[in-house]
Amino acid sequence: MDDIGFILASWLISLGSIALLAVVTVRRAKKLAARIPDDAKPWL
Amino acid sequence: MTGAALTADVGTRGTGTFVTRAIGIAALLVTAWVVISAFFITPADVQQGDSVRIMYAHVPAAWIAYLAFITTAVASGVSLARRHRTLGFDRVAGASAEVGVLFMGLALVTGSLWGRLTWGTFWQWDPRLTTTLFLFVTYVGYLAVRNIDTDPRRRAKRSAVLALLAVLEIPLVHFSVVLWRSLHQEASVLNTDGDVRLDDMMLFTLFSGVVAFTLIFVWLVMHRQRLAALRDLEQGVGLDAAIAARRGESAATVGSSNTPSSRGA
Repeated sequence: MDDIGFILASWLISLGSIALLAVVTVRRAKKLAARIPDDAKPWL
Repeated sequence: MTGAALTADVGTRGTGTFVTRAIGIAALLVTAWVVISAFFITPADVQQGDSVRIMYAHVPAAWIAYLAFITTAVASGVSLARRHRTLGFDRVAGASAEVGVLFMGLALVTGSLWGRLTWGTFWQWDPRLTTTLFLFVTYVGYLAVRNIDTDPRRRAKRSAVLALLAVLEIPLVHFSVVLWRSLHQEASVLNTDGDVRLDDMMLFTLFSGVVAFTLIFVWLVMHRQRLAALRDLEQGVGLDAAIAARRGESAATVGSSNTPSSRGA
């Protein structure tokens, strides 16, 4: 496969950035959710 | 709610629900299929060679960024129309813009890497690239505007107006390859003549990529708008606790000043 470095970099940057945002979001949410009573969360 | 309750762990559930878990699992499965297909199943392009494998990430990223910004505009419109009732639509608008900025950034980066392989350069001040960069910067500005105001109602109103103006850039970006002479190729799928110029397996992988990124977008927006709700709740709860504490202090001061010893009797 030609230019594998560029192709791999594209996919790693894409999936890595998405995964990073997902992890940061869930971790922040868990931290904050612990300080809010469950009955105040409209999605539960 | 007392100040003590703010510091103690009172909530046991985060922003995840059965629906978000189901969407998350589906997103992981479809993304795994897209990666396998993009690298091992689809053929190399006759003109672009193997660099076409970047397109299965680049094109869905750009389309989902458009979807995210349109979602932001729609949610902003509803938020403006119903601004005295709920902040939910404003939070969806903000969360969608955040995820849209990520996808637009990915479209720019992956497009740049593809451009280096195909055009021999990472960047050209070409109409499509320039308008896309302008769209990206506009939404970074939108997110900055959302952080200026601490009052949620004022924030919702200001950012909604900006979102409704910013979305007008999307047709300009999409049709820039038709309106001006551009180095960027014209649309292969979403073109005006309806003629899809792609191999079947390539087209299937591309649409699988769109499905995967759509699921990821929905999952991220659901979690991030709930995170925004938690922030607003915490600020509201914090304010209530501060007011209660001040009332308690005032009551204690008044109570002590009314005792016989404090009156100097």
